[in-house]
Amino acid sequence: MIVTFDEMRARSISEWEALEKSDKPSIFIGAATCGRAAGAMAVLEAISSALAHHHIEASITQVGCLGLCYAEPLVDIIKPGCPRIHYGNLTPELATQLIEDYLVKDNPRPDLALGTTGDGTVADIPKLFELPVLKSQMRIALRNCGLIDPENINHYIARDGYSGLVKALGMTPEAVIEEVKKSGLRGRGGAGFPTGMKWGFSRRSPSTVKYLICNADEGDPGAFMDRSLLEGDPHAVLEGILIGAYAIGATDGYIYIRAEYPLAIDRLRVALRQITDYELLGDNILGSNFSFHIKIKEGAGAFVCGEETAMMASIEGKRGMPRSRPPFPANSGLWGKPTNINNVETWANVSAILQRSAEWYASYGTEKSKGTKTFALAGKINRTGLIEVPMGISLREIIYGIGGGIPDGKRLKAIQTGGPSGGCLPESMLELPVDYESLTQAGSIMGSGGMIVLDEDNCIVDTARYFLSFTQAESCGKCVPCRLGTKQMLSILEDITNGKGELEDLDLLLKLAESVKAGSLCALGGTTPNPILTTIRYFRDEYEEHITKKRCRAVICTELTNFYILPDKCQGCLICLRSCPTGAISGDKRMVHVIDQSKCIKCGACLDVCPPRFNAIVKVSGEKIETPAEPVPVMTSKPSGKATTNE
Amino acid sequence: MNPDTKQELDDILSQHEIERGELIPILQAAQERFGYLPEEVIAKIAKFLQLPPSAVYGVSTFYAQFKFTPTGKKMIKVCRGTACHVRGASRILQELEKELGIKPGETTEDLEYSLETIACFGSCALAPVIVVDKTVYGRMTPKKVGQILAGNE
Repeated sequence: MIVTFDEMRARSISEWEALEKSDKPSIFIGAATCGRAAGAMAVLEAISSALAHHHIEASITQVGCLGLCYAEPLVDIIKPGCPRIHYGNLTPELATQLIEDYLVKDNPRPDLALGTTGDGTVADIPKLFELPVLKSQMRIALRNCGLIDPENINHYIARDGYSGLVKALGMTPEAVIEEVKKSGLRGRGGAGFPTGMKWGFSRRSPSTVKYLICNADEGDPGAFMDRSLLEGDPHAVLEGILIGAYAIGATDGYIYIRAEYPLAIDRLRVALRQITDYELLGDNILGSNFSFHIKIKEGAGAFVCGEETAMMASIEGKRGMPRSRPPFPANSGLWGKPTNINNVETWANVSAILQRSAEWYASYGTEKSKGTKTFALAGKINRTGLIEVPMGISLREIIYGIGGGIPDGKRLKAIQTGGPSGGCLPESMLELPVDYESLTQAGSIMGSGGMIVLDEDNCIVDTARYFLSFTQAESCGKCVPCRLGTKQMLSILEDITNGKGELEDLDLLLKLAESVKAGSLCALGGTTPNPILTTIRYFRDEYEEHITKKRCRAVICTELTNFYILPDKCQGCLICLRSCPTGAISGDKRMVHVIDQSKCIKCGACLDVCPPRFNAIVKVSGEKIETPAEPVPVMTSKPSGKATTNE
Repeated sequence: MNPDTKQELDDILSQHEIERGELIPILQAAQERFGYLPEEVIAKIAKFLQLPPSAVYGVSTFYAQFKFTPTGKKMIKVCRGTACHVRGASRILQELEKELGIKPGETTEDLEYSLETIACFGSCALAPVIVVDKTVYGRMTPKKVGQILAGNE
């Protein structure tokens, strides 16, 4: 070996300190996929030219996601002797101004700042981690995300990176497994199986060849934890994989990652090259007897491949269809060899546990759900983002404390956890603690960590239909109850959203749901009914309203909605008439326009173009608004708004 | 098979072992190169891996990623993830269908655009999202659809 790990570490720490305590300004920009989509690269260019313009020498580092997605693009600046100031919602113009104000004129622009991290304070800028959005978070898996350069292994090493691997290599594999067991870590992919126990099965399985797989096929719509983690701190995951491989005695590993995540794949490739160069991967790692190799396998767009037996079939070059267990992968997995699969977030927790200790990790969370869980918080919420919270935190604290509540003064309708395998929990369950058991008991699941907030403008039946249309399309077709059951459940839900439902349909749905659950081999079929079961359990009245009153209270279900032009508001401007793709609107200049309901395809184009000062078009469900049968001159009609319901 | 295609495919195959596990990576590389999987390419891959063409078809039709007809110069993908759905992805898709005159899975006659829906891009915080080739556009509105298409022409 060329250098020892201690030398590597010392070198890394001095590189990191040079950046943090430099005599030149250090600038960091959040450049994960989200940041880029929000315009981070344009901000980066603006900053570079502003620096050149003012002849300022500064380092610019691209970092991953800090999780404050609502405030993207994010830029941090460390001025010599000052704490790191995090700025949000920057545009190229604001960023240019900020460089001039802060770096030339010494005005830290508290109006643009979110908060500070590091030693010291800046007047009028709060501490970042004391803000409501971060106060109750505990970042373990995400410990480095948004703070370090994910493409620089030295940053990771400087912050205790790979010290967990070094520690593990000094222990027996059995002791490493014992440590993970003591931490209480459970699989973060969704099922929550105790990680240490899973490793023990593979360890005890007799074979000279064993495989390890990192499941990075983050398929749940509405989930982006694993993407952010891989983009922001790939080494945290790789270190966990290496520790796991050592513990179970694996010889080769695969990272199975979605092709939809090109940046995460790039960052992983860079990280793999780096650990190979540093002799942390390959033969005789860090001079030990432990050898391990990793290959990246890109997924090809099949949700079911997130299921472990389907994933192994896919790696073997076959159709990604699950098979029955036993035999369990720990005994006979990839190419018939013992195989251990864990998800991205699980691996990132493993490296933290070995770096610190099992006791430290287990001090967070609840009795049965230890540690923390990341969630992708999105939908109708003020502060969308990637969060990590101690297990046992209440849904209320997540939605209102961290997420800042619902935008535009709307009412919370439901919280969807667990993606297509999970369920919708109503407002009355806000006090529910977030742990594996409580969520399962409530009919939902922890899942991989998608958390989507629905407000009063979202239709609950439409949401169930949405998930079923997803799982129906993704069912691999192997098990009949799943293949046909999802199809039937979907068509019943479509009938209900189209106003053709009957009350008996609800019982039929529940029956079908039970059959699909019982008759499917894998978790896709087994959990597919959950969105239906929870929405009928908690929101039955909304289903019944669709069926009996033909009313969608959120005015979402197209077949149950109508557009009307209010005669007292229409000014006869012809704008909506010209926008209508089916010619359903009749009228003339200064004549009140009328929509022919039989021709209307309910696309809403008219509503979009009606000038806000007229505000003459309404979209309603379950009610009729009286309008003239034919165009009449404007201002001659009676005040409108008289509505009759379908009852 | 025209000589160029043959040469390019040979180059791809030469980078892979003759192993079943290489099938999906080979198909991915071939599609990346040719934009879709022509019949003759599938036949040649089957021969290379010593598999019946039916097995290669079986695998390639299982995965949503693989295409069997030419796609447009620009690929527009509309995210149908949960966050996008609850924030109005269907309106964005409608607008694109209207503007391009095609449905998801189709390509415009001039082979300029292909339209697709994708389960989730994982950019949920910026929902609704579309992706044009490799650029992600967040916080989409029906109005921005027209602007993006115009800017792309």
